[in-house]
Amino acid sequence: MSLFQETSTQNRSDTIFKTITMGGAALILIIMAALFIQLVNSSWLSIERFGLRFIYTNVWDPIHHIFGAASSIYGTLISTLIAMLIAVPLGILIAMFLVELMPPAVSKWIGVGIELLAAVPSIIYGMWGLFVFAPFMAGHVQPFMKNVFGDIGLFSGPPIGIGMLTAGIILAFMILPFITAVVRDVFTMVPSVVKESAHGMGSTLWEVTRQVTIRYGFQGIIGAAFLGLSRAIGETMAVTFVIGNSHRIAASLFAPANSITATLANEFAEASEPLYLSALIELGMLLFVLTFLIQVLSQWWLKRVKKSMGVQ
Amino acid sequence: MKERSLFMRKLNNRIIAGLSGFSAMLGLFILGWILYTVFLRGFMAFNASFFTELPNPPGMSGGGLANAMLGTILLTLLATVMGVPVGLLAGVFLSEFGQHSKFARSVRFFSNILMGTPSIIIGVFVYTLLVVPVGHFSGYSGAVALAVMMLPVVARTTEDMLQMVPSALRESALALGTPRWKTTLNVVFRAAKSGLITGVLLAVARVSGETAPLLFTALNSPYWPTNLAHSTANLTVTIFNYAMSPYEDWQQMAWGASLLITVGVLAVTLLTRFALKEKKVKN
Repeated sequence: MSLFQETSTQNRSDTIFKTITMGGAALILIIMAALFIQLVNSSWLSIERFGLRFIYTNVWDPIHHIFGAASSIYGTLISTLIAMLIAVPLGILIAMFLVELMPPAVSKWIGVGIELLAAVPSIIYGMWGLFVFAPFMAGHVQPFMKNVFGDIGLFSGPPIGIGMLTAGIILAFMILPFITAVVRDVFTMVPSVVKESAHGMGSTLWEVTRQVTIRYGFQGIIGAAFLGLSRAIGETMAVTFVIGNSHRIAASLFAPANSITATLANEFAEASEPLYLSALIELGMLLFVLTFLIQVLSQWWLKRVKKSMGVQ
Repeated sequence: MKERSLFMRKLNNRIIAGLSGFSAMLGLFILGWILYTVFLRGFMAFNASFFTELPNPPGMSGGGLANAMLGTILLTLLATVMGVPVGLLAGVFLSEFGQHSKFARSVRFFSNILMGTPSIIIGVFVYTLLVVPVGHFSGYSGAVALAVMMLPVVARTTEDMLQMVPSALRESALALGTPRWKTTLNVVFRAAKSGLITGVLLAVARVSGETAPLLFTALNSPYWPTNLAHSTANLTVTIFNYAMSPYEDWQQMAWGASLLITVGVLAVTLLTRFALKEKKVKN
């Protein structure tokens, strides 16, 4: 290019610098592409052999080389659902407490405490879940639930602590700080004029929150839920410790179950058969595709929300 | 709308307010419960040999996790050496050169996606990339997995921190005839120094407590981490293996390791949190 001949060495050094930084940025794209290609490539054996049956059949038989991952997929979806059902209302309530009920000086410190829940490594949740929380569930919570709801359906079977319900509850604690943080921001973004006018009409705090604040910030709250969802669905260590690692799909939430991440964590290092390994990697790929879709959706959603709320 | 008596409305309000306070206390209580357990059980594992010796075979008491501590430090250091410079470069590109180009937008988009990708998937990816061709687990592949996790975090925080530097600073340096690269490294970086350090520390804290990416890469080992080309001992996978074992000695050691990891990660997180807060107030 003629540009290069005319420019000084100074500009040439800048071109080099720009190219190097561009290389760093490009590496992120390359990693993303490689990640996808590697996962598809390495799971091809299993994709070819089982096709769509991999998703909806439930046989996990490494000895006879038959793999259908329905139990793991089911476990991932249900444990995430439990976590969302607990964490979203809890997050909204905590945000309301911090923003509306407490003076800023107090709510700041409580907020730090809630945020610290996110800094605890997931394996610590696993340790605590396995040795402390699961026995607590088995000894107190599950027998209590049996008494209240009766020994049927979702709450049947022996209260052993380890299982789907415990995994879902621990997941809920793990994603709570993320949901709370976003909902809290959303609540503070609601203009006080809007809230005050509702208060001026004689509404109680809860009526203002339910009919004004939550409605005003509804899109942001959906965004918070997405964030929690993507966290919960890929969580590995905490779930692996407490979900029980059983490839059976049980009706009861007390029963041991499995998730995509737990299956990978438990079986990957031991899988020596190419087909077994390939089936496990296909599980990983399914999880990747699932989180990818959630991420894309939530990024698109957040952009929309920011636009409509007037934040650049 | 249905008419409701003032009493019922006020009662309802009180109940919800009470519930919201209860929820916040529940969150704090869970945090306290976890920390209490980890500190209580972790301290019981601490003694001189815990910090200086290799683990003993199951059933034999005594022994320590010195090799795993060293391994975790080595893996994290190596990951930092690989991930941080590349992340800084990417961040510089996004903030100083790319800005609103299509390329920069897609880099931003995919770094967010990469940040949200479950860590176990990163582990599987690096396994297929670095463990399968070589034929055995290695510390290097573990460090690469951690570096892949750090890269987007460092890139995005770097971009944010550089964006906070006023452009007048850049322009005055450029007006003096300073080349762009010198302006960036000597002026913009210096202005954003504390923010950049915070971002790096945050990334280090994030990966040093990770287990899932190491499960299929660094694996674990009962020996000193003398050669990173083979499986390498580390604290988090040790916790996983020991906690799942039936031996009480090993479970005890797992608690000790848990305390080390928790204190380390929480300390760095708190440090960066307050450093960031100050930074934001100043600007």
